[in-house]
Amino acid sequence: MFFPSSEIEVAAILSEAKEPLSVAGGNTRVLAPSGSKIISTSKLSGVIDYEPGALTMIAKAGTPLSEIQKTLTSEGQCLAFDPYNWSRFINKKGSSTIGGVFAANVSGSSRLRVGAARDFLLGIRLVDGLGNIIQNGGRVMKNVTGYDLVKLFAGSWGTLGILTEVSFKVLPKPETEATIVIHGLNDQLALDAMIDATATPFDVSGLAHIPKQKETMIRVEGFENSVKYRVERLMEIVKKYGEIHTLDADKSMQVWRNISLLSSLKSNNDDLWRLSVKPTASTQIVQKTKFNDYFYDWGGGLIWGLASPKQDVREHVPAGSGHGTCLQTKSKKIPMFHPYDGTISGIKEGIRKSFDPKQILNQYLVI
Amino acid sequence: MDIPLASTSRIEKKPELVEALKKVLPASSIIEDKAETLAYECDALTAYRCPPMLVVLPETTAQVSEVLKLCHKMNIPVIPRGSGTSLAGGAMPSADSVVLGVSKMNSVLETDYRDRFIRVQSGLTNIGVTNAVEDNGYFYAPDPSSQLACAIAGNIGMNSGGAHCLKYGVTSNNLLGVKLVTMDGQILEIGGAAFDSNGLDLLSVVCGSEGQLGIVTEATLRILHKPEGALPVLIGFNSNEVAGQCVSNIIKAGILPVAIEFMDRPCIEATETFSGAGYPDCEALLIVEVEGSLDEIDEQIDKIMVIAKSLDPTELRRAKDEEQANRIWLGRKSAFGAMGQIADYMCLDGTIPVNKLPYVLKCIGEMSKTYGLSVANVFHAGDGNMHPLILYDANKPGELTKCEEFGAEILRLCVEVGGCLTGEHGVGIEKRELMDYQFTSNDIDAQLRIKDVFDSKWLLNPLKVFPLHHTEARRMAYNF
Repeated sequence: MFFPSSEIEVAAILSEAKEPLSVAGGNTRVLAPSGSKIISTSKLSGVIDYEPGALTMIAKAGTPLSEIQKTLTSEGQCLAFDPYNWSRFINKKGSSTIGGVFAANVSGSSRLRVGAARDFLLGIRLVDGLGNIIQNGGRVMKNVTGYDLVKLFAGSWGTLGILTEVSFKVLPKPETEATIVIHGLNDQLALDAMIDATATPFDVSGLAHIPKQKETMIRVEGFENSVKYRVERLMEIVKKYGEIHTLDADKSMQVWRNISLLSSLKSNNDDLWRLSVKPTASTQIVQKTKFNDYFYDWGGGLIWGLASPKQDVREHVPAGSGHGTCLQTKSKKIPMFHPYDGTISGIKEGIRKSFDPKQILNQYLVI
Repeated sequence: MDIPLASTSRIEKKPELVEALKKVLPASSIIEDKAETLAYECDALTAYRCPPMLVVLPETTAQVSEVLKLCHKMNIPVIPRGSGTSLAGGAMPSADSVVLGVSKMNSVLETDYRDRFIRVQSGLTNIGVTNAVEDNGYFYAPDPSSQLACAIAGNIGMNSGGAHCLKYGVTSNNLLGVKLVTMDGQILEIGGAAFDSNGLDLLSVVCGSEGQLGIVTEATLRILHKPEGALPVLIGFNSNEVAGQCVSNIIKAGILPVAIEFMDRPCIEATETFSGAGYPDCEALLIVEVEGSLDEIDEQIDKIMVIAKSLDPTELRRAKDEEQANRIWLGRKSAFGAMGQIADYMCLDGTIPVNKLPYVLKCIGEMSKTYGLSVANVFHAGDGNMHPLILYDANKPGELTKCEEFGAEILRLCVEVGGCLTGEHGVGIEKRELMDYQFTSNDIDAQLRIKDVFDSKWLLNPLKVFPLHHTEARRMAYNF
């Protein structure tokens, strides 16, 4: 195992490497196959620069997510995209890093309103597969100088290079929040209710449905009077669907924290799936997949599910309706990422080879 | 600006190319007459001009593919063009190139309110997208100043922003998918109606690639429900520094305005003379606009007023209705016109960290004295995207060069304080040679390798974005 403590050490290791290496951050998103040679970012740690007045932070890639969040909380700010955490399905001893969050483009429930992790990433420093040190983007909100490799690396899962430093946008924590809960809806009615909530000017920041509890959740965040006003207006719109009640800020935070930890999904030997789909296609996809347990977020645009091993649920996602990722499986036959068509695959492979011509980085991932 | 000599061997292929194009395009889609190709000699950066060898205006994606296949085979460079509103020379041709305009492909293909997206052909104007959905209460968020004319194809090429991007983000944050034709004629579907991309995010690298990776013929865009309303407040200060502090305090307070616009004294005076908006006599002026219901707007403006008052403003004017709002926006919206009346100007687009605003403005003021050229500043302060307008006289020999040098020095300063050369206009031909300030050779090489994958012969818009010395070997490989 390698534990480089500087970018230059990462560059030296990669320029000399002749054999495949698996890139590890906090070991919470995916685990390299046993026996792989690991290069870890855990010693590339620490906040480099934090400007609360400019809403930007720069940190080394291996900085624990918990440390980032603690630093932000001290200034009343946060990572607005509020990343999901599925570590209990992967490795209970892991601890997420900020580099891992961006490398896997992990967004949470607020993605519906504020955008994905990739939309908050402003700049990166990285080492490619040959050991070249490369920077792209910067620390400003608007930047169209040259190609946007920043977003390409967000969600590249360590297959193009190793992130050493990330610069990202942060936001003030909302003053307060509240959640409307609708009880007793089946999936289709829940989807309709969530879509109705998006067809308003009320800036909804969370839309989830947990079928097992038959609870549909609608969250709004902001200044106190505004939250109160929007909750009232939204209740008028969705009350026709069923019995409703509202959760105050504390309870609302707890509910959405549980969602971000996939708490309603009971961990067992099933495979963990994440489907990113066109919202209106979601209920039909779920009907066909026969998940043992599942829930919806992003107003139907995101489905988390547990399925019996060895079935590739992606066969039920119609072309053009989205894609699925298998985040945990014991079957070697189920690839993690959704297969794509031939022409795109040529481009993707070309990009991968251009950053990693020796083909050493995270070779177990076909992305 | 160094423009490489056009290849005579390519120009000699013109008759052969026209013959071949006639087999795949209607006659009305081919413009070969010199008087007519002249209309395509430049975009909104009119200082640099060169008519192309030919212009083609295909009507379908299949035709785009056929044109590109032909040019690929004959090694002819292709310059993609939306509406030609680029301020950076992104659509400027070379004499041995074919301009491929998407203006005939301007239909709305699909609107889906339940999934909140619209699919359009890329020649549709930016405002055309909002027009298509606004009767249902929706809008398309990115709103560049040229939105009445600029095409979605160009917005995607340059990753355009606008006044509202402080809250809603730029094009790449609102783009869900594209149909892209690569230089060898392959048609790719990238992204779609789902929120996230599948695997590597190709969409993000296509957006903002200035037409160098492929021709976008269709786009799937996120549409948003309109807010209930919006109103601005105008705040005057006696120093740029305090105005900069006010911007920072507003942002830190958790208020998310849709826009925070900043104007300095030269700009205030010029627009006042031009538009008579009734702006106060002060050093710096902010216009902050917030959205919501009337009560929500009041709640936010109350908070902004408290912040502003603590900084001793010379003027504080809140709009109570649409008429007062229009009054506040009048001067800002006429700023560019007002400047154009006074002199020729060069509009820069560097972006800096918001907390560096006062320092950078002070430096620009000092440089202005050194160069003997006036500068007016008007910009999107909330996200640090500056638009210094350097005033010069195009008829005075040497003044344009002096202006370009001044501009380059301002952009160097932007990079030095942690910012970048361009926030929303793009690099194009204008800032190409300045890229070395911001990037090392390794950084640039990583970008060139992306282009190699999409366009191995380097035929798509090859003279843009990168300093010529970095790309020469690649460009010359198929220059015959």
